[in-house]
Amino acid sequence: MPRPLEPVSQGTRVTLGISFFILFFAAWAFATLGGFVSRTFLADPITMVQDGWLLLTRFGFMGDIGITVWRVVGGFIIAALIAVPLGIMMGAYKSFEAFLEPFVSFARYLPASAFVPLLILWAGIGEMQKLLVIFIGSVFQIILMVAVAVGNTRRDLVEAAYTLGSSDRGVVQRVLIPANAPEIAEILRLVLGWAWTYVIVAELIGSSSGIGHMIIDSQALLATGQMIFGIIVIGIIGLISDFLFKALNRKLFAWRLA
Amino acid sequence: MTGTILQIDNVSRVFPGVRGGAPVRALEPTNLQVAQNDFITILGPSGCGKSTLLRIVAGLDRPSGGRVLLNNREIKGPGADRGMVFQSYTLFPWLTIGENIAYGLREKGVPKAQRQDIVASYTEKVGLRGFENHYPKQLSGGMQQRTAIARALANDPEILLLDEPFGALDNQTRGLMQELLLGIWEREQKTVLFVTHDIEEAIFLASRVIVMSARPGRIKADIPVDLPHPRHYTMKTTPEFSALKAQLTEEIRVEAMQAEGVH
Repeated sequence: MPRPLEPVSQGTRVTLGISFFILFFAAWAFATLGGFVSRTFLADPITMVQDGWLLLTRFGFMGDIGITVWRVVGGFIIAALIAVPLGIMMGAYKSFEAFLEPFVSFARYLPASAFVPLLILWAGIGEMQKLLVIFIGSVFQIILMVAVAVGNTRRDLVEAAYTLGSSDRGVVQRVLIPANAPEIAEILRLVLGWAWTYVIVAELIGSSSGIGHMIIDSQALLATGQMIFGIIVIGIIGLISDFLFKALNRKLFAWRLA
Repeated sequence: MTGTILQIDNVSRVFPGVRGGAPVRALEPTNLQVAQNDFITILGPSGCGKSTLLRIVAGLDRPSGGRVLLNNREIKGPGADRGMVFQSYTLFPWLTIGENIAYGLREKGVPKAQRQDIVASYTEKVGLRGFENHYPKQLSGGMQQRTAIARALANDPEILLLDEPFGALDNQTRGLMQELLLGIWEREQKTVLFVTHDIEEAIFLASRVIVMSARPGRIKADIPVDLPHPRHYTMKTTPEFSALKAQLTEEIRVEAMQAEGVH
């Protein structure tokens, strides 16, 4: 038996990680192909792959994927551009924090999905409405998490900067921001993951394109293979974006691992 | 005789009581004059307000009463004219060793070419040549504190403040660091205020040892150290050194006993 907290080699790690995927698909295949679950409710893996292939080659599913990715990234970037500077200001200046923190904490608990009907009234069913759902779902989370990170900056580093002649502005620009940059990048990676759940909700209602729209269309046709394929595609895209984000962070913040 | 560079006038510090408790008098009204080129060590048991006094000089804490004058100008806040080295490792982890040493110069707007010359000269002085492009994490504690000293000195401050800078280092490294710092002081004639609770360190480095008493903190003794320069570590075993050590040990012991409530 392995000891608690004992590290494992890279090879073992990869093998174990892949073997669970195999186990998962095996159990699914056994349940469906073995006839234990009705085909109406759950497609088997082979049907899922065939349906997926059909979607990609015949029904232009690549376009749906593209539009969904665009919505997530677009809404998320707008949210980040507004939220990161606000969060830094809140973390750095306590009066600014006292002014905004109570409202942001309240707004953070407003479910983005509940805004969908309201946003359709305000912005119609166009792209603007989709971006707004992502925006509302992400912006308050990023503001609060960045503010907490910046507020927890090591005091002694700030004091050292002051004794070296930094101005207040210098401390914000050359201590608070670089000291927290890796954590801010980590926060963005986390919130991007949540943004993916909001986009599907936005696409389930009042949409004519996107992965969520395909899933709701397939429901009408009882095409469970297509629905599962759509869900898995979201998972794969999430995995890829997570991996890219991590690789970028490692490259940008090499000093952290040095 | 050289003039007074730093003047501490009746400086006191009272910390407000926590949760309705009585306020804590960390520092009784204290007076101290520091002459140009002095190397003063402030010696005292923990909780005697020695760090509080140093932080007030640095401008990182405000006195409850009194004032501190540096070259006849009252200190209102932290500034580049007082270099500080902390006990904790305060190098900026996202900057390389060279960039850390250059930090104050960059804040001042010193041109890049000049900055590089100054950085090269101080990396040399603290024996870190070849490490300019390393990150702080890649260096040992002693090397990090050497960088911190170089970073403070590169700014060419009027006075160098050190708050138990070698407190976290092992004994051997600590001895080497003391010699390095003393060597720099002997060559460059800086004014230094050095806080420590290590009696040997206080004597070895100082031209004057200030002994502080605990709770409330105040200056108890001001003892000149007339040991010759340059000093070598072997000095720690001479009779003169031992006599001073015995005298200071007695002074500190009484304070430590009072602070711990032992009689």
